[in-house]
Amino acid sequence: MLAIEAESVSKRFRRQTIQPHTTMKSALVNLFRRRGSTAEEGMFQALRGLTFTVRQGQVLGIIGRNGSGKSTLLKLLAGIYRPDRGKIRVCGRVGALLELGAGFHPEFSGRENVLINGIVLGLSKREVRQRFDAIVRFAELEAFIDEPVKTYSSGMYMRLGFAVAVHADPDILLIDEILAVGDETFQQKCFDQLAAFQRLGKTIVLVSHDLATVERWSDEVLWLDNGVIQERGTPRRVIDLYRAGVVAQEEKVALAEHHRIADTVQEATAMEMSNRWGNQEVTIVAVQLLDAAGEERYVYRSGEQARVVLHYRVHAQVEEPVFGLAILCGDGLWCYGSNTDIEEIALPPLGAEGTVEIFLERLDLIAGTYFLNVAVHARNGYPYDYHHQLYAFTVKSELRDVGVFRIPHRWVIKPLLSVPQ
Amino acid sequence: MLNTFREFFVYRALIQALVMRDLKARYRGSMLGLLWTLLNPLLHMGIYALVFSVYLRMQMELYVVFLLCGLLPWIWLSSSLSMGATAIIEGGGLLKKVFFPPQILPAATVTANFVNFLLGIPILCVFLLLYDVTVGWTLCLLPLIMVCQFAFTLGLTLLVAAASVHYRDIPHILGHLLTFWFFLCPIVYKSTQIPEQFRTVLSLNPFIPFIVAYQDILLYNTSPPWGGLAGMLCASALALLSGSLVFTHFRWSFVEEV
Repeated sequence: MLAIEAESVSKRFRRQTIQPHTTMKSALVNLFRRRGSTAEEGMFQALRGLTFTVRQGQVLGIIGRNGSGKSTLLKLLAGIYRPDRGKIRVCGRVGALLELGAGFHPEFSGRENVLINGIVLGLSKREVRQRFDAIVRFAELEAFIDEPVKTYSSGMYMRLGFAVAVHADPDILLIDEILAVGDETFQQKCFDQLAAFQRLGKTIVLVSHDLATVERWSDEVLWLDNGVIQERGTPRRVIDLYRAGVVAQEEKVALAEHHRIADTVQEATAMEMSNRWGNQEVTIVAVQLLDAAGEERYVYRSGEQARVVLHYRVHAQVEEPVFGLAILCGDGLWCYGSNTDIEEIALPPLGAEGTVEIFLERLDLIAGTYFLNVAVHARNGYPYDYHHQLYAFTVKSELRDVGVFRIPHRWVIKPLLSVPQ
Repeated sequence: MLNTFREFFVYRALIQALVMRDLKARYRGSMLGLLWTLLNPLLHMGIYALVFSVYLRMQMELYVVFLLCGLLPWIWLSSSLSMGATAIIEGGGLLKKVFFPPQILPAATVTANFVNFLLGIPILCVFLLLYDVTVGWTLCLLPLIMVCQFAFTLGLTLLVAAASVHYRDIPHILGHLLTFWFFLCPIVYKSTQIPEQFRTVLSLNPFIPFIVAYQDILLYNTSPPWGGLAGMLCASALALLSGSLVFTHFRWSFVEEV
């Protein structure tokens, strides 16, 4: 049996752009324009023709980047918004945990707020009274229930909100990123409650950025991107696709950012840049990071191969130039640095221009953002062109190890005594 | 639109809870608490009695009781309107997070002010006893007047609440309009004191029949004029109809606008 049925659902919002200068005249013009015009440029399309169903008892996870329409979809399912086009059929009482303790009145005691919140969530007065003790016990607020909620800590506030919400006994539970409530023990309680709901065959729609949570709970995952369903299916598969999509997106952003910097480097020959210096007798005109396949890329997995390419140009004859490279952490810590002088690399005559490539066999760095220092200088250290932290790249890793550098290692465990029988 | 009214019934528990909250919140933290419900109309009455009866030497018997008869329904109407104007805007946080019909909010405001009105009735009774006013069978008409005023007030409040979401100037100007309207109603003066040449124009004021009806029933022990009753019925039906039509029309835009 279907609990939720959505048929080519679209939703758009009117942009509420706030003009920095509102004059009396423009205000008047807008007043008249506002009514009839629903011109495309004034609208923001949040969802574009979504069609999907959720079976009763199913747990559907919804993932997607910020602004992809997840919350809008939940609000449509909750009945808070009405779709512009398409239909939504929902079978059963909907409980929307969009914000815990929505509508709590700060001046009122926890007791009074539980009553009102319960009724807001669709319980009758008697039902709230019957469940009152259970709610308070669940929220662990027995000692404070008669205090006004303005004196509550944010954790207490959310606990009470969650307690009321789960006791409102919905058939379909909509959850928007709220499982991070309270301390460890309370979180466990929340998850237990969710499991109980699942056992009871209630339908759950779960929106979260915490992919591990989504994968653990969902029967199916729906990936929403830019208002359309990008993918739907088994959690493992969709989450992997989503991760790949996120990485591809990050790579695109990182590449664009690198090119923006590279353009400034090329234009700013007059040394206007604070993190670039030198007398320009030899200049580094471009820096690229290439992956094993020779593609320009600025997002790497830990342990991947990479290659730094320095494009140089010689403007004056110089004695014994030295090329150097360093990798720095975001906080300025030097992870590694070396140059052609230290390593006694014999440089051929440089010519008018050319490239220096440094092959990094394994980027065994832990996850994070790193910066590159590149330089060409004289043997005595006199700089020709020094680029300080101009270029960045990101390292991703599934492991959550700590430090800077992953020393290649393996674990060997050797129990010496056998377990006594 | 019928759905708008059906939902009042479905969500009556919520209205009740909101009314209770509204009434409790209003005086919470103040020393005199619920006593303010009684003090507010009395203070109003005192001020008008001082200005009109003492300073301006208005000659009328039982002027204090007369004032109270008009002030109580007026406070119900004006407080509903001024509080109702911001009901949707202030309830926006809740409206965005939980589904419930938005007309519940202005309805709760009107109901809370109605309860306040009812709580004021005992003071009126005290004054009626004090001044030895006789009240007759016409008292049976009082519930009808109240039902009509409820419909009238609810209709106007729905209208103002919906319009205020889109035109935020309304709550600002409303206070002044209400002051103006107050003096256009025969609350501090008798309707018969309106100069002859203005009467036809002023009789368009839809709240006059209500005030006159309260005064006739409570103070003069006569039944209100049939014309007035008919006008009252028309005014309340019209207000309720237009209010709920406008409100229903804008209903789905509230959650996006607040």
